[in-house]
Amino acid sequence: MALLDVVDLVVEFPTRRGVLRALDGVSLAIEPGEVLGVVGESGAGKSLTGAAIIGLLEPPGRVAGGQILLNGERIDTKTQEQMRPLRGKQIGAIFQDPLTTLNPLYSIGRQLVETMQTHMKLSDRDARARAIKWLEEVGIPAAAQRIDAYPHQFSGGMRQRVVIALALCAEPKLVIADEPTTALDVSIQAQIITLLKRITREHGTSVMLITHDMGVIAETADRVAVMYAGRVAEIGPVAEVVKHPAHPYTEGLMGSIPSLTHRVDRLRQIDGSMPRLTAIPTGCAFNPRCDKVFDRCRRHRPGLVPSGKTQAACWLYATEAANG
Amino acid sequence: MLGRFLDSDVFYSFRRNPLAVGSAIILVCVLIGSVFSPWLAPTNPFDLASLNVMDSFNPPAFMPDGARANLLGTDEQGRDVLSSIMYGTRVSLFVGVLAVAFAITLGVTVGLVAGYLGGFVESMLMRITDVQLSFPSILIALLVDGIARAVLPRELHNSLELYVLIFAIGISGWPQFARTVRGSTMVERNKEYVMAARVIGIGSARIMFSHILPNVLGPVLVIATLSLGQAILAEATLSFLGVGLPPTEPSLGTLIRIGQNFLLSGEWWVTIFPGIALALMVLAINLLGDWLRDALNPRLR
Repeated sequence: MALLDVVDLVVEFPTRRGVLRALDGVSLAIEPGEVLGVVGESGAGKSLTGAAIIGLLEPPGRVAGGQILLNGERIDTKTQEQMRPLRGKQIGAIFQDPLTTLNPLYSIGRQLVETMQTHMKLSDRDARARAIKWLEEVGIPAAAQRIDAYPHQFSGGMRQRVVIALALCAEPKLVIADEPTTALDVSIQAQIITLLKRITREHGTSVMLITHDMGVIAETADRVAVMYAGRVAEIGPVAEVVKHPAHPYTEGLMGSIPSLTHRVDRLRQIDGSMPRLTAIPTGCAFNPRCDKVFDRCRRHRPGLVPSGKTQAACWLYATEAANG
Repeated sequence: MLGRFLDSDVFYSFRRNPLAVGSAIILVCVLIGSVFSPWLAPTNPFDLASLNVMDSFNPPAFMPDGARANLLGTDEQGRDVLSSIMYGTRVSLFVGVLAVAFAITLGVTVGLVAGYLGGFVESMLMRITDVQLSFPSILIALLVDGIARAVLPRELHNSLELYVLIFAIGISGWPQFARTVRGSTMVERNKEYVMAARVIGIGSARIMFSHILPNVLGPVLVIATLSLGQAILAEATLSFLGVGLPPTEPSLGTLIRIGQNFLLSGEWWVTIFPGIALALMVLAINLLGDWLRDALNPRLR
């Protein structure tokens, strides 16, 4: 059974100009110990999917349809109070900016200890010992001395290491990492990704890695979900999606990545831009930008259909049987 | 700890500001002189046995017929004015500090809850705050004091007068704390560390008081200093109007009220010196508050 199962998730924002569907029928699953990458342009709904899973949608946003199952238990219907024991303990989160994720007036040790004591019965001394162990594990040098230091005394990369320790110290089964390296130097990014990968593998933690950096995904993820306009365009094993993208959008996305091995004069780009939520075209959301578009794409919305080892929401791969 | 403080930016800016240093020195003198008045004051003005009516209306020592024992002269009952001021300042400070502490507790709680929870709770709390802000605070203090007089038996009221006064002044001062804290809380609650605390599974109350509160205390500190001055003045005003502390337990305001009866008959020192003491103390507090506001505001450095 999958650890996390998101089925046909719909998230809506009621606004003055009508109800906006920010997520429209998102389905994805994460197996225990698996790293699922989620990629897409800004506004595709990546972070929103993460927020919906943790139950931190900011009002007026709301889950309007579908289900989120954690270990087979529905969590999308739980209240904030019911979610509280799950947060940290079952689902951890790492945010984009390590500069603001840590409370500036708490020593890092205190933040770790507080997190652990919220979910586990630990004496102060045990919690502190574990905090030191965690800091060592994420590669903070001289952890025993640094534990009482405050966030401003750490560099950005070190702080993100602390944030990772913070997300993992209550030993959640799933970590949602929302662009964990975007705010960091390129040289530090690789270190942090390597660390995240190693430490989650050692603890058997599943990861939902949200990013727009295909390089990070290719290096880290087991499977990848490509999102477009609040829908999953393609989902499958990372090597397959990168090397043999099925959906024309994924293909375009891969074509826009600069390569060191092939000399290319101009990077390919996808013409146009993602539709606004108020004006998502009928049929396939990608149809106005797609170079393989045909009549059916404009009329009916495709569901995920198997294409080789991946699944793509594209009529190109719909077999006669699926047509019904 | 002390070393870190002496090395901090705040202390550096303090040292370079002569006005702040001067105010601090005055305040420290006032504090020592008032808190330790039972030991430092030349006489005990409340000890009726030591009073001698023959000593009444002695002019200050620097005047031609002044008595050396009474540096700032004596009042109509022969009480030493300097001693009265020292004892009175103690009462004034006591009322001021407790009133501000009460206002902070109430205001900060209301502000945190309103700013963090938002929605209906916030609207309710903030409308109450707005309503109270539309009345002059001295009016509210008078009202509270009046109600207490009407409701409490006379004996009980006399013994509780000090605390009624503290409550009255405190209740009239909390809205500005509530508004400031609400504003800062709304900024802080959207920061990622609060989000992270929620994601960790920490409860709302703990997030409010343990995570957000320390981060919004900067402006509270500044307002607290400035409103300490206001609270002391409010107490003096109430006492001057005669609804504050009785002459048996005089604050600076009471001293000024009693003394002003003799202002026109030549015994000016009975009221002028407590007045100067009050003005000096409040001025020092306000100057210090102004400096603190600038020192804690990085944009003004």
